[in-house]
Amino acid sequence: MAVTTMIGAKIHRREDPRLITGRGRYVDDMKLNGMLHVGFVRSPYGHARIRSIDVTDAAKAPGVVAVYTARDFEGLLQGEMPVTISFVPDKKQPIGWAFIAKDEARYHGEIVAVVLAREKSQAADATALVSVDFEPLPAVVDLDKAVESKSPTAHTGIPDNVAWDMTVGAGDVDAAFADADVVVKQRILQQRLFPIAMEGRAVLVEYVPFDNRLTMWTSSQVPHWVRLCLTLAMGIPESNIRIVAPDVGGGFGSKIHIYPEEYLAAAASKLSGRPIKWTEGRSENLQATHHGRAQIFDIEIAAKKDGTLLGYKVRQYVDTGAYVSVFSSFQCSAYAIAEGAYDLKNVKFQTVGILTNTTPTDAYRGAGRPEATHAIERGIDLVAREIGMDPVEIRRKNFSKFPHSNYLGFAYDTGDYDKALTKALATVGYDAFRQQQKELRAKGRYLGIGLSTWIEVCGFGPSAVTAANEPLALVESSSVRLHPTGSATVYVGTSPHGQGHATTFAQIAADTLGLPYDAIDVRTSDTGDTPFGYGTYGSRSLHVGGSAVLMSCRKVVDKARKLAAHMLEASEEDVAFDQGRFYVKGSPDKAKTMGEVAFAAHRDNLPEGMEHGLEAVTYYDPPDLSWPFGTHICVVEVDPETGAVDLQRYVAIDDCGNVINPMIVEGQVQGGVAQGIAQALFEEVIHDAETGQLRTGTLLDYSIPGTGEIPVIECDRTITPSTTNPLGAKGIGEAGTIAASPAVINAICDALSPLGIKHVDMPASPDRLWKQIQEARAHANGSKEAHQ
Amino acid sequence: MIPAAFEYARASSVEEASKLLKTFGEDAKVLAGGHSLIPLMRLRLAQPKALVDINGIKDLDYIKEDGSKLRFGALTRHVTIENSAVVKQKLPILAEVASEIGDNQVRNMGTIGGVAAHADAAGDYPTIALMLDAEIVTNQRTIAAKDFFKDLFTTPLAADEIVTELVFPVANGPHKYIKFRRRLFDWAIVGAAAQKMNGGWRIGLTNVGTTPVRATAVEEALHKGAKPEEAAQHASDGLNPSGDLRASPEYKKHLARVLTKRAIEQAG
Ligand SMILES: Cc1cc2nc3c(=O)[nH]c(=O)nc-3n(C[C@H](O)[C@H](O)[C@H](O)COP(=O)(O)OP(=O)(O)OC[C@H]3O[C@@H](n4cnc5c(N)ncnc54)[C@H](O)[C@@H]3O)c2cc1C
Repeated sequence: MAVTTMIGAKIHRREDPRLITGRGRYVDDMKLNGMLHVGFVRSPYGHARIRSIDVTDAAKAPGVVAVYTARDFEGLLQGEMPVTISFVPDKKQPIGWAFIAKDEARYHGEIVAVVLAREKSQAADATALVSVDFEPLPAVVDLDKAVESKSPTAHTGIPDNVAWDMTVGAGDVDAAFADADVVVKQRILQQRLFPIAMEGRAVLVEYVPFDNRLTMWTSSQVPHWVRLCLTLAMGIPESNIRIVAPDVGGGFGSKIHIYPEEYLAAAASKLSGRPIKWTEGRSENLQATHHGRAQIFDIEIAAKKDGTLLGYKVRQYVDTGAYVSVFSSFQCSAYAIAEGAYDLKNVKFQTVGILTNTTPTDAYRGAGRPEATHAIERGIDLVAREIGMDPVEIRRKNFSKFPHSNYLGFAYDTGDYDKALTKALATVGYDAFRQQQKELRAKGRYLGIGLSTWIEVCGFGPSAVTAANEPLALVESSSVRLHPTGSATVYVGTSPHGQGHATTFAQIAADTLGLPYDAIDVRTSDTGDTPFGYGTYGSRSLHVGGSAVLMSCRKVVDKARKLAAHMLEASEEDVAFDQGRFYVKGSPDKAKTMGEVAFAAHRDNLPEGMEHGLEAVTYYDPPDLSWPFGTHICVVEVDPETGAVDLQRYVAIDDCGNVINPMIVEGQVQGGVAQGIAQALFEEVIHDAETGQLRTGTLLDYSIPGTGEIPVIECDRTITPSTTNPLGAKGIGEAGTIAASPAVINAICDALSPLGIKHVDMPASPDRLWKQIQEARAHANGSKEAHQ
Repeated sequence: MIPAAFEYARASSVEEASKLLKTFGEDAKVLAGGHSLIPLMRLRLAQPKALVDINGIKDLDYIKEDGSKLRFGALTRHVTIENSAVVKQKLPILAEVASEIGDNQVRNMGTIGGVAAHADAAGDYPTIALMLDAEIVTNQRTIAAKDFFKDLFTTPLAADEIVTELVFPVANGPHKYIKFRRRLFDWAIVGAAAQKMNGGWRIGLTNVGTTPVRATAVEEALHKGAKPEEAAQHASDGLNPSGDLRASPEYKKHLARVLTKRAIEQAG
């Protein structure tokens, strides 16, 4: 086996020089001859009947080539947008989802008409001239109200707003609660969030009628899915469709859906005979690109006085928005890690998907796992508070020990939760902080420390797990081809949008093939040359896709070894492979390099029966999932007069098994934590409760934190290799987001504990905290007076 | 989003700009730094028929000492005010305010005349202007700050009137401006200014109403010898702020009191 040189190396991402010097190539950078720009006319209401659409003025506007409404797409786009039942076998109603609204619009931003014009600005002007006669209908926004029997429905004519209602569980939950010394209950809000990728969505598409060929460049996480869906909708053979996701400026789960704009642009190209381009504006992005979270958790935990957790009941409401997107129901994967890092076998988890008149929600970074983690990490702190136990101690007492299977019978690969916790406590100086906290409290200052001993499930996915619920098994593919002069091209099915696959995968290939790192080219995101892949989301690309790269490289080495043995006139078993050199064991001086072998593979004199070339393909189906974990600790000070939170320290100790590139891992953690902090303290999408109209429609109204708000994140790790993939790696793309929000909120609750505040909802904005502090003080004064 | 179509003309003198405004008529707008106007146009909340760009008028960008006064040309950028040695010495509160407006991009482009003419309730200079009895000079007249900021986004400026200069008194005693916001580059949720001047205190508030507010009740209480904490209780006297997504009216009034107290205490 080659001595590891590149795997584990902290090298800069090879993508970055190009991207940060403005030489990236995004969809919006591209032009085709004769292309038209498309503008979408969208519903300004949450829920409205479309009485009529008058396109006369728009059609006459300067530069306008065509205006289309639902009728024009009939026959061109068959069926409906796909909705899925993933992870929710008990789906109650598969709601139909048209490519374009015809009689009724069901969220603010839903498309009702399509304008094609020569210039982008002309398309923008003309969309304003399409006159739609809307009749506003009652909008469903609030989840508690939406499930009441008298509630209006989000779609006219459906029996109720419940998209799914499923309960999973194990153990004897009732007995656990009956035996408990303490039971804590809490409602925990997961506010709605915008994913806010730096680059919005964008599409450039050209249909060539004579060849019946469609080529689309789209800012997507899943080009192969896009091709599959377009094939089904347009009837063009998959072989004639090429989808390219060029440089993609972030996704965070908001680009795993195949959007109406993609279908409509493709169909409009066919209708008009012209290439079509669309680049989403930010206001449009906030309305129409899928949102995240929007959930309510009602939890109950039963425990003994000594801190032993006995039972856990959860009800998760998921606001699906107006339609249930393909990956939306992945949000109920919260049930898979409901009990977090703790050995809790009596668990009942109910998940209810609820339709509302808002933008659909989707699998936003973490999708279900941040929510589950927030619930259990808040829950365990509430129990600790109730029984007067230190949050560290109660965690240690309940940590799962390995080998471990969870309440649903999932066997975790590996883990050592105490190791990460211990390291995090040492890094932050936990005991010294508690001392300091005590001293400062006496001076009227409110400092707090919060823990999040998170776990995650990722590496989707083993076909045995995923194919049961998904239309396709989430395996991952690679093809590795060596060129005669000793360089290699690695084609992969996953599709990065900022994760650095070109670097990480090249590191894996360089080591395994024994070729220089610079001699490896990694190709992704073009269905024209990459094997079928499922895309990048759910922290799966390294575990599944990286393993596929490793496997193909190993296959190439196996063949190369045979050829090298032939060249060295030795038997295969006697040939060693080390640092890119094949040699007969014991005589390393007489070696053939991988490059020489590659050249030989293209000449004559091959061993009997061997084909030319050095090339291999792998579809890798991992035997099981992986379960990363770690401990994050946050230190805050709350200004009791203003409610402002000062984030003083943030420590992140994560364990994602073996690390290929520490710098990329750290980058993922930093970004993830920033997004978790954003949810904890800053961000919240608000819709008008009556009309369903988006109230946070610009980034002036929606506070994304910047560098000024995010503290230095002190990252480090423990390493517990995974056993469910040959790299020994676990996902890290979502870890930061999963871990961060409870660490921050637990710290705030700890800071405010002298005031009797036990729980704080997100975002813990100053006005919200101030109000809660006021109420707590009034309550304290009230009870003081009552005692006098 | 893309702004609606508009005409564009670049003026090289105030007279020319005024003439152009007259020619284009009611729906024409002056373009200075563009950091308030362009965002509104991109959202199509503003759809001026024409823009008269005054950035080419070189003699509107200056800071002049004039006895007990400081004169700021309307086109003086925030970054210039932030870094000006004269301002730091003679009117340090304004340099500090400038250094906390938006981010680098905003400070490099935004102008003091633009802030005044735009009259956003969350604008920071207007609070200082009102509190210190500054004057706004136009190509037609001179208007006292207290007569200039009359309502939200509303000033006495005529359609062809151009702000040419802001005149502040020198004030370099103890001072403090506290801008309460969630993010470094945010507008103030509430701001409070305190300036010691001629032996008395001047107190101003930002974003607690449709216009900047001078907290005279606080000034009087301080004058009568009240402690900062007691005096600051009057900061919310007569205020009737509207709530928004970031703050309720009660919270804004509370912040007015807390920030005023802190501004007086921290004034240095
Ligand atoms: C992200 C961001 C954050 C910001 N934060 C703050 C903040 O915290 N505090 C703050 O005070 N400001 C803030 N601003 C606003 C910034 O200071 C603007 O630059 C300023 O409000 C307007 O100045 P301007 O030169 O850009 O004017 P423009 O945008 O060019 O014009 C604004 C208005 O004033 C008119 N106008 C401009 N100059 C004149 C003139 N000389 N005579 C007559 N009319 C004129 C224009 O016609 C227009 O109606 C922020 C802006 C942004 C984009």
